[in-house]
Amino acid sequence: MASIGTGYDLSVTTFSPDGRVFQIEYASKAVDNSGTVIGIKCKDGIVMGVEKLIASKMMLPGSNRRIHAVDRHSGMAVAGLAADGRQIVARTKSEATNYERTYGEPIPVKELADRVASYVHLCTLYWWLRPFGCGVILGGYDRDGPQLYMVEPSGVSYRYFGAAIGKGRQAAKTEIEKLNLSEMTCRQGVVEVAKIIYGVHDEAKDKAFELEMSWVCDESNRLHQKVPDELLEGAKAAAKAALEEMDAD
Amino acid sequence: MTSVEGLLGCEQDSQRTLSPYVTGTSVIGIKYKDGILMTADMGGSYGSTLRYKSVERMKSIGKHSLLGASGEISDFQEILRYLDELIKYDNMWDDGNSFGPKEIHNYLTRIMYNRRNKFDPLWNSLVLGGVKNGQKYLGTVSMIGVHFEDNHVATGFGNHLARPILRDEWKEDLSYEEAVKLLEKCMRVLLYRDRSAINKLQVAKITEEGVTISQPYSLKTFWGFNAFQNPSKGAEGTW
Amino acid sequence: MFRNQYDTDVTTWSPQGRLFQVEYAMEAVKQGSAAIGLRSKTYIVLASVNKANSELSSHQKKIFKVDDHIGVAIAGLTADGRVLSRYLRSECINYSFTYESPLPVGRLVVQLADKAQVCTQRSWKRPYGVGLLVAGLDESGAHLYYNCPSGNYFEYQAFAIGSRSQAAKTYLERKFESFMDSSREDLIKHALFAIKETLQGEKLTSSICTVAVVGVEEPFHILDQKTIQELIESFEIREEEVADEGAAMQEQSPEPAPMDI
Repeated sequence: MASIGTGYDLSVTTFSPDGRVFQIEYASKAVDNSGTVIGIKCKDGIVMGVEKLIASKMMLPGSNRRIHAVDRHSGMAVAGLAADGRQIVARTKSEATNYERTYGEPIPVKELADRVASYVHLCTLYWWLRPFGCGVILGGYDRDGPQLYMVEPSGVSYRYFGAAIGKGRQAAKTEIEKLNLSEMTCRQGVVEVAKIIYGVHDEAKDKAFELEMSWVCDESNRLHQKVPDELLEGAKAAAKAALEEMDAD
Repeated sequence: MTSVEGLLGCEQDSQRTLSPYVTGTSVIGIKYKDGILMTADMGGSYGSTLRYKSVERMKSIGKHSLLGASGEISDFQEILRYLDELIKYDNMWDDGNSFGPKEIHNYLTRIMYNRRNKFDPLWNSLVLGGVKNGQKYLGTVSMIGVHFEDNHVATGFGNHLARPILRDEWKEDLSYEEAVKLLEKCMRVLLYRDRSAINKLQVAKITEEGVTISQPYSLKTFWGFNAFQNPSKGAEGTW
Repeated sequence: MFRNQYDTDVTTWSPQGRLFQVEYAMEAVKQGSAAIGLRSKTYIVLASVNKANSELSSHQKKIFKVDDHIGVAIAGLTADGRVLSRYLRSECINYSFTYESPLPVGRLVVQLADKAQVCTQRSWKRPYGVGLLVAGLDESGAHLYYNCPSGNYFEYQAFAIGSRSQAAKTYLERKFESFMDSSREDLIKHALFAIKETLQGEKLTSSICTVAVVGVEEPFHILDQKTIQELIESFEIREEEVADEGAAMQEQSPEPAPMDI
């Protein structure tokens, strides 16, 4: 890498001669190495899924969550350093509550995403901090319907129909593009997300993983919830079947 | 400046709640076979004027608790906002733990006592009932932080007029019908003797299944008693 | 040990997206004497190895009671461990003051992890150099967590940290599937066996280990030496001169603790 040894890549407050901030790019590397996280916007809501890698077999399933509720109507999935992610989650929760305390109504998802992005961006502005080593996908439902945002370590935030971060993001994005999202219900979306996560998981290189999923949709009364167990199990079975079919071909 | 004034400093300039504005009167809560029943009328008095007639003074708090309030209505609404936030954060953990009535009651006790120590009380008497894991819970907190649990509790005038009745007639494992009848008896006495009480009330129920709050309704009354016809008769010196 | 120019500052990312200062802090955990934990449905047992620095000194306390329903075992910088235990204690006390009920373990652990994370993101701080095994009981059952300097935390059926913990881990990995339905006595037995694995043939006596239990109807407490000695003898853990060669080998090439998984 041309950046190494130049001395321009040691601080987040240093620009390189060609106008880059290498520390932010390095932080993004931590995200790129993490388990894949995807989110899609269906016609009636948002579905988020995480490929949660399991380091030890003695670790319990369901522990070490990567999807968190941040308000009644929104949730956040984290790729990268889980510890950094929790810090963003905590800030997001307090932004959501502060808004509601002031205005007496739930925070719009767009506003929430903006505030989270500002917070993440803040950590790229001072030499005594480091940028977050994680990217987050924020899904929520408000009066303008379901919305999906992704915030990256640099502090940029865009709204998406479908988003993917982590190791398998390229493959996942290709798969998402094939979906007919505007016609799809979340119930169908759950299966598709499961298939993609199972599809991008690298059996040979990575250890075991657990699929963690949540949704915010009409079926969940527009509340952010874990995907119900039977549905999740069904989706996993479908994903495994699809995978075997692919292998057979 | 005297030394006392010096100590108080700018505290002198700030104003606290010195008296309530819009208030609700008694709340009564009792344990019964399947859980807790609570009742309150829907009046909101502006001083001695019966200003509002559809104030809901009982609300569910999370899955396991029910809160009733007498006293300043706006303070009650503020308390509901605190609890709403508390429950929201509790739910967001989504980890199999949740606040039961005991936790909520204790939390309220801390809030009330803390505010009283700032000489800025929340002007309410609260009744907190609930059921969690088969355990019934009924307690009360006052505006100065006095709190206790009991099989039956009441606030305000209810303490004087309803609790004597409850002490006589309450028993373990009342059926729902018996319990409602007992509550209505108390409410009728209050209606007759408490000038702030109005004849439009609700009964709220909390069991393991959850909370149900009834539609407003009124009690049958009979105003033909002799003592009502000429209330000052035999009571010299009254007007 | 000096690796590169990216490893002297907590706030500097390496080009590979790693935080070396945090990784080094996790090395500190491996330097400390071993601590292990394991749990059933209703009980959690913690155990640690006591190593005195010299013949003339006593050993450092490595297991702390946090509240009636929670206790911790630490490995790494004991001073950091005590600071964090004090934090855990005050959080528990504050919670029971406000709600008159015990703080759920999982929530305490997140608060602790968040506290540790902050130290990985400020240039004027350093990460805590200690790993904590947090054992506790709450509404949702028995729990065992491992909190590490990176601000990550994991929930385990059984786990071991500290020097030569790999041997104990290997032992636990062979057995952990039966732990869920194990009795209190069986858990303690497994704990002592696991501790023994880390001793590399040294004789296991009550003076070089501490064992603590928390469970349903049993508040967290550290077992007294006499009880442990009796247990050791009853389990017939006798000195076996054969050192576990396999365990020693594995210790030579420790796999880097994952900052993130």
